[in-house]
Amino acid sequence: MVSLCFDVAVVGGGVVGCAIAREFALAGASTVLLEIAGDILAGASKGNSAILHTGFDAVPGSLEARLVAESHALYLDLHRKLNLPLLETGAHLVAWTEDQEAQLPAILAAAHENGVADVRILTAAAARRRTPALGPAARAAVEIPREYVIDPWSAPLAYLTQAVENGATALFGAGVTDGRFDGAVWRLQTGRGEVRARFVVNAAGLYGDWLERSLLGASRFAIHPRKGQFVVYDKAASKLLDTILLPVPTSRTKGVVVCPTIFGNVLVGPTAEEQDSRADSSTDEATLRRLKAEAERILPGLAGMPVTAIYAGIRPATEEKDYRIFADAERHWITVGGIRSTGLTAALGIARHVLGLHGGAFTPPPEIVWPQMPNLAEHLPRDHQAPGRGEIVCHCELVTRREIEAALESPLPPSDPAGLKRRTRAMMGRCQGFHCAARLSALVDARLSVPLGAGPLS
Amino acid sequence: MSEDIVCDVAIVGGGPAGLAAAAELRRLGAGRIVVLERTSAAGGMPLTCVHSPFGLREYGKLMRGAAYARELVERADREGVEIRTGTAVFALHPGGVLAAGDAEAPFTVTARRVLLATGAREAPRSARLVSGARPLGIFTTGALQNFIHAEKRLPFRAPLVVGSELVSFSALITCRQAGIRPVAMIEAGQRTTARWPAGLLPRLLGVPLLLDARITKIAGGPRVTGVEIEHAFHRRSLDCDGILFTGKFTPEASLARLGPLAVDPHSGGPIIDQFGRCSDPAYYAAGNMLHPIETAGFCWREAVATARRIYDDLAGLLPPAAGAIPIEIEAPLSYAVPQLVVPAPAGETRAIQLRVSEAARGRLCLRAGDRLLWSRRLSALPERRILVPLPGESQIADARRLRLTLEPAGGGKP
Repeated sequence: MVSLCFDVAVVGGGVVGCAIAREFALAGASTVLLEIAGDILAGASKGNSAILHTGFDAVPGSLEARLVAESHALYLDLHRKLNLPLLETGAHLVAWTEDQEAQLPAILAAAHENGVADVRILTAAAARRRTPALGPAARAAVEIPREYVIDPWSAPLAYLTQAVENGATALFGAGVTDGRFDGAVWRLQTGRGEVRARFVVNAAGLYGDWLERSLLGASRFAIHPRKGQFVVYDKAASKLLDTILLPVPTSRTKGVVVCPTIFGNVLVGPTAEEQDSRADSSTDEATLRRLKAEAERILPGLAGMPVTAIYAGIRPATEEKDYRIFADAERHWITVGGIRSTGLTAALGIARHVLGLHGGAFTPPPEIVWPQMPNLAEHLPRDHQAPGRGEIVCHCELVTRREIEAALESPLPPSDPAGLKRRTRAMMGRCQGFHCAARLSALVDARLSVPLGAGPLS
Repeated sequence: MSEDIVCDVAIVGGGPAGLAAAAELRRLGAGRIVVLERTSAAGGMPLTCVHSPFGLREYGKLMRGAAYARELVERADREGVEIRTGTAVFALHPGGVLAAGDAEAPFTVTARRVLLATGAREAPRSARLVSGARPLGIFTTGALQNFIHAEKRLPFRAPLVVGSELVSFSALITCRQAGIRPVAMIEAGQRTTARWPAGLLPRLLGVPLLLDARITKIAGGPRVTGVEIEHAFHRRSLDCDGILFTGKFTPEASLARLGPLAVDPHSGGPIIDQFGRCSDPAYYAAGNMLHPIETAGFCWREAVATARRIYDDLAGLLPPAAGAIPIEIEAPLSYAVPQLVVPAPAGETRAIQLRVSEAARGRLCLRAGDRLLWSRRLSALPERRILVPLPGESQIADARRLRLTLEPAGGGKP
């Protein structure tokens, strides 16, 4: 490790870090991604609402507005090349009160200002034609046809996989504890030893301000962790909904969304809870009950639907709404901070923007490798439908043994059961392992650094 | 290439209900009977339940779960049932057409009638919305049984056991056999859900039983390190390396929900009439997907009766589904099965099966409109079987709906 000096070190293996590593690797830079955890997506990128945003509701003229819009187009191009799924649901932003209804024209105007021209206001009757199960109090809606649903985990995995297959290095357990810049090269002290790089990109998400302070001495922003809890309903609920239902946003949050997931469930969330902890993504029953009640007001047919999963994510909010992206040319450092709800969408545009800020000229590889991601989306052919599928290990999510083997043999294999779940969907279904946990433990525990079970029977 | 199947009756699920119905249909001469079982071995839940008692009702002897499961399979084999293991059903289509597949390839099953016998599963932590972190080591009894008996592995070593249904005590026995030492068993109610003497078992095994106790917070990462519980209005912490959520069974009814069948929001299973017939009359259902949760013996007997009705139906002898009268319930009744009654001559009729959601007493009344058809005094606890005789044809001939209520004792007299 010591002998090598990378062109760029990207700190953080969230969706933004993965996309930035890909951008630099495809440009021809020798790139290393340093992730403190054993796998990608251990922080803010673990739990989000998996929507590909148009940016219709961004602050016009903001960096976020521009990068979200660019990224939407980039993803539409990229998803085919990497075999990433896309569910073209569109969205309805629904007004439930007179006051909210009065805000729709302004939302429409902002969307137009953001270059999202295909939005329009619908009557409640028109919204109900698309979603007959919509709650009775709906008054009107804004239709945003190009808000889509994507896979929140296979997209970043694809970005980093492509980076690695085109020469990048990904180091896990490589939290950056210290670093020194000598005017040309950064010497980063990491959990995996010293790493040298000519340039550092801080994509450390929830810990971005800490990294700034410890390596640069000061941070231009402070992370204010904001937790969002989610409830995932059984796939049977998908009969009720084939579009994203958004609320009228407030100044602080986009609000509680009810939307299909790419895996065939219905998702409700997130809440927006300010907290001090950057790691505590616990859920609480009272909040989840409120979330369910809210969802069942929006879509009354959800009442009585079984809940499949609950989770929470933490968004790295800062004191400002816009992204905090700065370049420090003197110190060979780019900061990418404050990437909240829109990060999954905007990562591709952010990466391109960061490459531009870097400004370096590299020699791109003569031929770019395009890995093909295994499909986990419900609306596209899954492995269990292919001939010779062999054993199905997880029956709720119809995960085959060969899908599990493929994940374990992949260039970026999972290190723990959560990583395996995100890569294959095993145990993510309605029984949450009632049927398959034991089988899965027998198949994979020896190959994970954190096993599912507690070892063989003595 | 796996070939499409055309058969008289396709049975989805090879547990006690499915196997019992399949054997009975063959015995009656109903033609080609195919059981579709998604795992590698038929037998269902009893396969991994090593404890007795199984088989008393069916075979007149006490058996352990695995032996009982083998007996069910052998009986079905002897009758000439085709059991397809490793065969999953992905979707139900109207009229009895199934999208299925085995290890080789997907195929279609076209059956004159389909019996759904997919059983039930326990509610996992997520469905219970339990607060706290989401560390490793949180499982249900079904998973525990598979860990110990199918894979010879440990899910944890010192878990907290949540719940006090029959299955919860079965879990304690499994833990004992595997050398797992539960730190405590907690129950939210004021008494154990399962009947006496099950409640004595924890003490015998040296496991503290805490009534009126619930988890307020799960702690840990990456594995469970402990829980915070509220016990009789006091908060306390318990160290443990896992949590076992037991009971709170819910029907495996997603195929029905996503397919052409109406599902009862109370039971969570498909809506049936007294013959076991679903809202699409090509489909029937039996076993624990109708009524979480019953013993294997009960499911077995119910499935045999349903098999006879399917046989009648194939012979054109069953009254049509049209004109069925709905049975409505109200709290504290949690469900009633069947949900529909077709006015028909009393044959080999089934009773209406009920559950209550909480301990309750009073007079249980069955009415057609304002007319009281039947009543009796009742003192009931959750998860205990309550049976109400099915009303006769003449009693309900002009009824538009039936209503089951639990009224204050003294009320409901004719």
